[in-house]
Amino acid sequence: MNIAVCVKEVPSATSHRRLDPGTKRLDRSGDSEPNPFDMHALEEAIRIRERGADVGEIVAVCMGPESAQRVLTKALALGADRAVLVTDAALAGSDIAGTAYVLAAAVGKQDAELVLLGQQAADADCYVMAAAVADHLRRPLVTQVADLQLDGGTVRAKRQAEHGYDLIEAPLPAVVSVSDAINTPRLPSIKAIMGAKRKPLETLSAADLELDVARVGGDGARSVVRSISPPPAKSEGLKIEDAGGDAAEKVVAFLNEKGLI
Amino acid sequence: MGVLVYAHHDDGEFAANSLGILAKAATLGGEVTAFVAGSGIDDGWAAALGGHGAGKVLVADDPALAGGLSQPIVDALEPSAREADAVLFGAGVVSADVAAGLAARLGAGIACETTDLAAADGGIVATRPALDDSVMVESGFASAPGVVLARANAFAPREDASGTAPVERVDVTIADWSRAAALTGREAAEGGGVDITEADILVTVGRGMGGPENVPLVEALAKALGGEVAATRAVVDAGWVPYSMQVGQTGKTVSPKLYIACGVSGAIQHKVGMANAGTIIAINKDQNAPIFEFADVGVIGDALAILPKLTELVAARKG
Repeated sequence: MNIAVCVKEVPSATSHRRLDPGTKRLDRSGDSEPNPFDMHALEEAIRIRERGADVGEIVAVCMGPESAQRVLTKALALGADRAVLVTDAALAGSDIAGTAYVLAAAVGKQDAELVLLGQQAADADCYVMAAAVADHLRRPLVTQVADLQLDGGTVRAKRQAEHGYDLIEAPLPAVVSVSDAINTPRLPSIKAIMGAKRKPLETLSAADLELDVARVGGDGARSVVRSISPPPAKSEGLKIEDAGGDAAEKVVAFLNEKGLI
Repeated sequence: MGVLVYAHHDDGEFAANSLGILAKAATLGGEVTAFVAGSGIDDGWAAALGGHGAGKVLVADDPALAGGLSQPIVDALEPSAREADAVLFGAGVVSADVAAGLAARLGAGIACETTDLAAADGGIVATRPALDDSVMVESGFASAPGVVLARANAFAPREDASGTAPVERVDVTIADWSRAAALTGREAAEGGGVDITEADILVTVGRGMGGPENVPLVEALAKALGGEVAATRAVVDAGWVPYSMQVGQTGKTVSPKLYIACGVSGAIQHKVGMANAGTIIAINKDQNAPIFEFADVGVIGDALAILPKLTELVAARKG
């Protein structure tokens, strides 16, 4: 069995994130990192292998600008066997619909029975890519997985739901998104970082994937940003500086006044 | 404009987030149709969505729709969705998967984390806060239907819901691959079955409480107030309390009447889960903590010192 893991390049958590007022797209010129949520998916792929499943290869798949090679190199250092970067000027500005179409085409070519994704992207905060990719691939889907077991050709998963957990079984090939509660991702060793440079990193274009370019890029985007604006101002709250423990009395007075106790 | 609203339900109850976006849809001035998928649906029960804003209710009834899995629902919803100008979803694990699967199926645009909706130019315009809520982004759609997924608790259901809407049953065709996954069971969350999303009062433990040995201070205040204890992700990750108590983007979204945050910095990942609380009181030593930007009462001080006193005063007042 082979596993494909989708990895997105996102602005690093410490960078100043902004929308470019001209293009209304996320400014990706600053420092970047692999989407932290995707690192849980990669970690789980490695653990599936370590737990003794017959994993042929783990392939990390990314769609992004050429700079996204950096995040794939990191994925290789962590334990992916090879990496695929889908990069093409025609893809810049793709919306969720376009990105899902491209990712599905890319992972569909990897001969991977299990496709793993993180639960969301840290830059857009959307929870939708796994379900969209699964629909394109016409494969069963399990999302928000907090515990994942492979039993022959069956995925047994615990999904975090509003009420607790759903226990879900699905046959391979399948698409699974993991919750960040599933594991704690490891850090790469220095040796592995050096070794990553010798692992294969393939680059694919829109033409290589035989994509319909009308469905991708800024022109193909179905969701169109009309305007960006500052958030509404929030009225200033009451501030209490604790002096020798008197804050408790002030809080109780406030609660009392509001009828909350 | 014709708007289709997916009404998710679990255990015989419609999801509050679905009812919320249905109520919002009814204010947009178009024709609002609710869509219910399940097995053994009672038409009278579904008709009550009329009281929440639906002008008509479509029911897809099939044994394959009983499992609480998204993919059969996408199949059931697809034909009706193709007729709509917009398809709206409240937040929720299954609802998000249905929205995303449907958008892929239709090649439709999808707007996520939506906190406001408007009708414009014959279609729908969705607004969301983005990048740690530092900017508001307004999006429309290049083609119909547009798919809209709301942020948790972004829209409140109608408080006074009365009336019914006509119910129409739709034909259901479900592909084999859509029914390949199966729900085999459910497990309660760790944490003694307390559902923090239902609590009227929450007292939350943040990293600033120092260590697990101080969690009882928070428990005592929660008990005195008649509320429950919740926690931030950092505290859950550190193993002080179980995951079921986690509030935030990767935990639960809560909207209690009163939220007291103890030693919580208020990073965006936490804020997303609790910003809709009625009254927010934050106690933190760091006067620059982000939580003070949206707390109704910001107490700058040491929660370890303040909590015992606060608990004592609350308990005394409650007698």
